[in-house]
Amino acid sequence: MLIMISKRIGFMILTMLVVSMLLFMLLEFSPGNVATKVLGPYSSEEARQLWLERHGYFEPLWWRYGTWLGNFVSGEFGDSVRFRVPVSEVLWPRLWNTAILGFWTFAIMIPLSLILGVLAGMREGSRLDRVISVGSIITTSVPEFASTVLLSAIFVFGLKWLPGTSSMTSGFDVKQMILPVMVLIIYDFGYVARMTRASMAEVMTTHYIRTAVLKGLPYKQVILKHALRNALIAPFTVIMLQINWLLSGVIVVEFFFAYKGFGALLLEASLNQDIFVIEACAMVAVFVAVASQTIADIGYTYLNPRIRFS
Amino acid sequence: MSNIVETVTPAPTLGFAFIRAIKSFALLRESTPGMVGAGLVLFWVIVAILAPLIAPFDPLATLQPMAKPGTEFVKGGTFWLGTDHLGRDILSRIIFGSQTVLFYAPLATVFAYTLGILMGLAAGYHLGWWDIVLSRISDIILSFPVLVLYIIIIATIGSSGINIIIAITFASAPGIMRIVRGLVLDLRNREYVAAAQTRGESSLYIMLVEILPNARGPLIVDACLRLGYVIITIGVLGFLGLGLPPPDPDWGGMINETRKMAMIFPHMTIFPCIAISSLILGFNLLADGLREVSLRD
Repeated sequence: MLIMISKRIGFMILTMLVVSMLLFMLLEFSPGNVATKVLGPYSSEEARQLWLERHGYFEPLWWRYGTWLGNFVSGEFGDSVRFRVPVSEVLWPRLWNTAILGFWTFAIMIPLSLILGVLAGMREGSRLDRVISVGSIITTSVPEFASTVLLSAIFVFGLKWLPGTSSMTSGFDVKQMILPVMVLIIYDFGYVARMTRASMAEVMTTHYIRTAVLKGLPYKQVILKHALRNALIAPFTVIMLQINWLLSGVIVVEFFFAYKGFGALLLEASLNQDIFVIEACAMVAVFVAVASQTIADIGYTYLNPRIRFS
Repeated sequence: MSNIVETVTPAPTLGFAFIRAIKSFALLRESTPGMVGAGLVLFWVIVAILAPLIAPFDPLATLQPMAKPGTEFVKGGTFWLGTDHLGRDILSRIIFGSQTVLFYAPLATVFAYTLGILMGLAAGYHLGWWDIVLSRISDIILSFPVLVLYIIIIATIGSSGINIIIAITFASAPGIMRIVRGLVLDLRNREYVAAAQTRGESSLYIMLVEILPNARGPLIVDACLRLGYVIITIGVLGFLGLGLPPPDPDWGGMINETRKMAMIFPHMTIFPCIAISSLILGFNLLADGLREVSLRD
């Protein structure tokens, strides 16, 4: 177990290193481009040279990468070109906002999709199973940007119940959270529910469930005591991997509802060529994704006794 | 006599393989969701092919701004779904937009599959270093949140049709490679592979002629699902302003251009949303139906 954990963490660090190298190559390989992006396309040639000189861009590539990485690890991401402040001042509050959004999404989506998945998988092929399965395909097929538009059309313009933007300009407002969270849940719960259903359906065909039914246990007890424990191992991994997915999902939602979160920041930075913000956001996104995957792997091993004791 | 003719097995020619493929698609009749999906996809394919014939107006022409659905045009014709802020007929733009999406999405998927299949075959058949290197590369690409990857690529190389295809190929090939690798690991120890090896066939021949055709089942299902995702991706990129450059009609772009006016003119945004959702739903249902049918036998 310990060896496995250290292996996973080692691989995680390796992945982060390779990703950082890729990003550095992609964005900072030619110093001339960096200077143009930072100082703008109308800056003079001398100004660019001076800037490059001052920020050590005439050093060899490996040296530049080393310094860049060192700064990165210590939280020095450079200055945002657009906001004229250190990147960390913009990044952390935005990340916190996205974490709030993600928390509410998961807090509602996980119980909902697990319950639906278990109900559908309990009796494969039943009418309830059909309804839940087809329903989850339909909700997964509506892309987020379409459901943002459709839901705003209903709740904002039609019924006038909810505000159309979630910029939170006058402090935190629960009403402004409802639509973004709803969009994320609608797009995502179908996938988790289907995975749970598949896992549950598989468990229901095993011998020990048949034994439990045949020895006369009440159906409720068969499900709660025998089936659920094994059926919920696979969805655990799926849910952890949804964190990776959520980092993509929030971009669309935050963009549409003008929510001041991490995804919107990354998008703005890309559209404005705000190079140091792109780097910081990408690294944070990959870190969160890889870390959640590592936790998923370790957790899966821990939860599954067949692997844990082998 | 006729019985004898029927029992003769024809040589496996290309035409025969085609007929067999049609026959296996006919099995889809047993799955209602699958049939609905196939119908939706077929509907949009026909719309895309017949676009110049059925579109009532030129999709790029500025006619009458902000007309509500059903408005009559002074020079004849009706705006069945209204017009957008620049006065372009929305129905015609949706019809021509189906051409855009059904051109780029399958093309990008084919490229992604070509690269992914080659990577997967090489990794799964040769194992050893090939496998380690290719698997690690895939792991690293797959560790990116997918939209973050698209945004970084598009922001670096610029947004155009070709660049979108490149980005999709780059981001999807690792996932396909994983599936193919898994299938090859299962198939590489079969007798017919051993027979081909004994015959002295080249490894390229064995991979492409012996192994790949036998791995097609799960790959077809996955391709349907992936086509849906690619359509979502192209839509999302258009929606975020990173998609195909205007004026050509693109569903995601149409939604983005008009979403700020959705409060007053909801028809401008809602109809493209319905169009793209129905096409994606079609591919997802089709994939589900194919999977159900293939598991049955």
